Amino acid sequence: MSDHTTHHEEHHKETFISKYVFSMDHKMIAKQYLITGIIMAVIGMVLSILFRIQLGWPDESFPFLEKVLGKWAQGGRIDPSFYMSMVTIHGTIMVFFVLTAGLSGTFSNLLIPLQVGARDMASPFINMLSYWFFFLSSVIMTWSLLIETGPASGGWTIYPPLSALPKAMPGSGLGMTLWLISMAIFVASALMGGINYISTVLNMRTKGMSMTKLPLTIWAFLLTAILGVLSFPVLFAGVILLIFDRGFGTSFYLSDIFIGGEALPNHGGSPVLFQHLFWFLGHPEVYIIIMPALGISSEIIATNARKPIFGYRAMIISLIGIAFLSFIVWGHHMFITGMNPFLGSVFMFTTLIIAVPSAVKTFNYLATLWRGNIQFTPAMLFAIGLVSLFITGGLTGIFLGNASLDINLHDTYFVVAHFHIVMGSAAMFGMFAGVYHWYPRLFGKMMDERLGYFHFWLTFIAVYCVFFPMHFMGLDGVPRRYYAFTSFDFMKEWLAVNRFISIAAILGSLAQFIFLYNFFRSIFKGKKAPQNPWNSNTLEWTAPVEHMHGNWPGEIPWVYRWPYDYSKPGHDEDFIPQNVPLSQTMSSNLPGDYGTHHGSKASH
Amino acid sequence: MIAEETTSNTAFNSQPKKFVTWLFVLSSLMCFAGLTSAYIVRKAEGNWKIFDLPQAFYYTTVLILLSSITLHLSLTNAKKGQIAKQKNYLVITIILGLGFLFGQYFAWKQLVANGIYFAGNPAESFLYVISGFHAFHIIAGIMLLLFALTGTFSKINQTKNIFRMEISTIFWHFIDILWIYLLVFLLINR
Repeated sequence: MSDHTTHHEEHHKETFISKYVFSMDHKMIAKQYLITGIIMAVIGMVLSILFRIQLGWPDESFPFLEKVLGKWAQGGRIDPSFYMSMVTIHGTIMVFFVLTAGLSGTFSNLLIPLQVGARDMASPFINMLSYWFFFLSSVIMTWSLLIETGPASGGWTIYPPLSALPKAMPGSGLGMTLWLISMAIFVASALMGGINYISTVLNMRTKGMSMTKLPLTIWAFLLTAILGVLSFPVLFAGVILLIFDRGFGTSFYLSDIFIGGEALPNHGGSPVLFQHLFWFLGHPEVYIIIMPALGISSEIIATNARKPIFGYRAMIISLIGIAFLSFIVWGHHMFITGMNPFLGSVFMFTTLIIAVPSAVKTFNYLATLWRGNIQFTPAMLFAIGLVSLFITGGLTGIFLGNASLDINLHDTYFVVAHFHIVMGSAAMFGMFAGVYHWYPRLFGKMMDERLGYFHFWLTFIAVYCVFFPMHFMGLDGVPRRYYAFTSFDFMKEWLAVNRFISIAAILGSLAQFIFLYNFFRSIFKGKKAPQNPWNSNTLEWTAPVEHMHGNWPGEIPWVYRWPYDYSKPGHDEDFIPQNVPLSQTMSSNLPGDYGTHHGSKASH
Repeated sequence: MIAEETTSNTAFNSQPKKFVTWLFVLSSLMCFAGLTSAYIVRKAEGNWKIFDLPQAFYYTTVLILLSSITLHLSLTNAKKGQIAKQKNYLVITIILGLGFLFGQYFAWKQLVANGIYFAGNPAESFLYVISGFHAFHIIAGIMLLLFALTGTFSKINQTKNIFRMEISTIFWHFIDILWIYLLVFLLINR
């Protein structure tokens, strides 16, 4: 009661700044994350188009490039060191800023309080700080594109010595420094977000919302946050040592290095040490990216197949399995560092075991779809697209997890194809699915469905056209991160394929403008969203469409059932929201349901 | 009725925020786990300088242990509502914390005097990085303690007072135990 009035008062005190800028409301923070993520995604996409132009037409010059890039494309040809920078920043932006902060930040913020039945996050203030740290790090990373010496260019994994010696190459100077500052702030943001998500899920669930009544989205966000809280600090530790190597003369990662014939004083360091520290984060990081997408697709597939998710507990257990295993597989990124072959086979073993929980999830998706009354909304198409990409990319993971094969395939386009499909595109599809599905919840408006279909099919076809041929290039030994494939005869043969990929990538990127148009137009001109547009069971659809502090005007709804009571036999509608007591749905209660009276069984 | 309020609808519910503190402790711990693991991995590769830890480390260990005791006394007094005693013990804790920091600084000076430099062998650099990063945690801890102390002067209500005391106690005990771990780790893995 008293709580209700305080929320009411707060509502009136809001100014423009406190409502739209330094907001502590999780729904507004979710929007801030989403829109920042979209802007970063556009930057990452533009970079990829620029280097795809270079790869597709390495011998031609494009005068418009000089107009856009200035000194980085003199005579209309992209400068090789700037090519490396673009690859680096594209990777960094997509992995961290779009698919970590943009995906997790948006949907954890939006859905955790709404789906568990909480008024806001555990600490709204830390939540706000988390966004603004992310914003600051985005600005610094983007700014690094504009500086005189160019941005960091040692690859998104920033291996020393290129990252540790400011004089190693142009991008190792100020660009690398800005990269490190930006990422340090980013890590702080990710930690503040993560600890908030975990605390909210574990402590602030509404009455009746036990852990086994949680929607799978929340399980995915929870485990993602746990991965982040455990792995980002290790990267932070690694980066601290790197910063000391760069600026303070220590030798953690450096030993016996000559620049321009001159020996450096650094002695006794080990660059492989950095790889250990980096990949201890780096591998969980790819699950930080994909797990929220898997959670989102679980929810969307069950809702739109109008069927309970198949194997709810198996889904949770496989998520926990993936989360646990992700910490003991980092060595598979380092098979060729000269690691002990026995250790390599241990990492190979743990890596291949991940196929088990992944396959459990895949089969559960398919079993949920099986004979469902499928509603092909754009969100559903993207969720099914995710399953397709997850299978395609997952299968090549089994190749790469084998140490003996990886020695051949390491650093080839096979790896590029693998991770772009299984982690990049699949997670991006999860993000699109989430945006289409929860757009009514975010903005109170509906997105245009027809544009959504166009967007899906063009994107889906483009993704396969871009990344599928790369497998064959990789098997042929074409290495990644090369500026031009013209110096060796066997690579020249792939020029036509490269050109095809580039054209597909450009068309696929243009298709994203359909999404952008649809997204921003619908905010203002979209149809008003009904209370529960997808006839979904989860709690977020019980909260009023127009935004308010505290999410629910009166009491927070109580939860009586799991979130997947779709098409329950005996019930007149094909969904029963979580807040409907079992006593109201006697005709559809199963013998095991709590509160069933013995007499009601006879009525079936 | 009261139990029901604390689970869902009260304006100030300290439980989730205390949990946030624990999670922060966990992430901080992972940071040190990263550093000490890197230490072991690097040491295993050889070319490792062996030297004695500075004497001052043992004195600062005593200081930080004492500070945990005084902070505990401060917390128990806060819970009993004896704010004056709470304040006194809190001030002593802060002084002990500052003493620890000066002690660490003195230990670094001892190291330099013995020819152990930050930009030397990784064995030497690691010692500075680990103890320095811990010192940053002590500074953060002192700021938390000051936050709790200002609360006792500005007459915040008892729930908030205890909440502030509890989060600073969680963090302070953590950095105390962390220091013991780091000291033992450094002694074993010289």
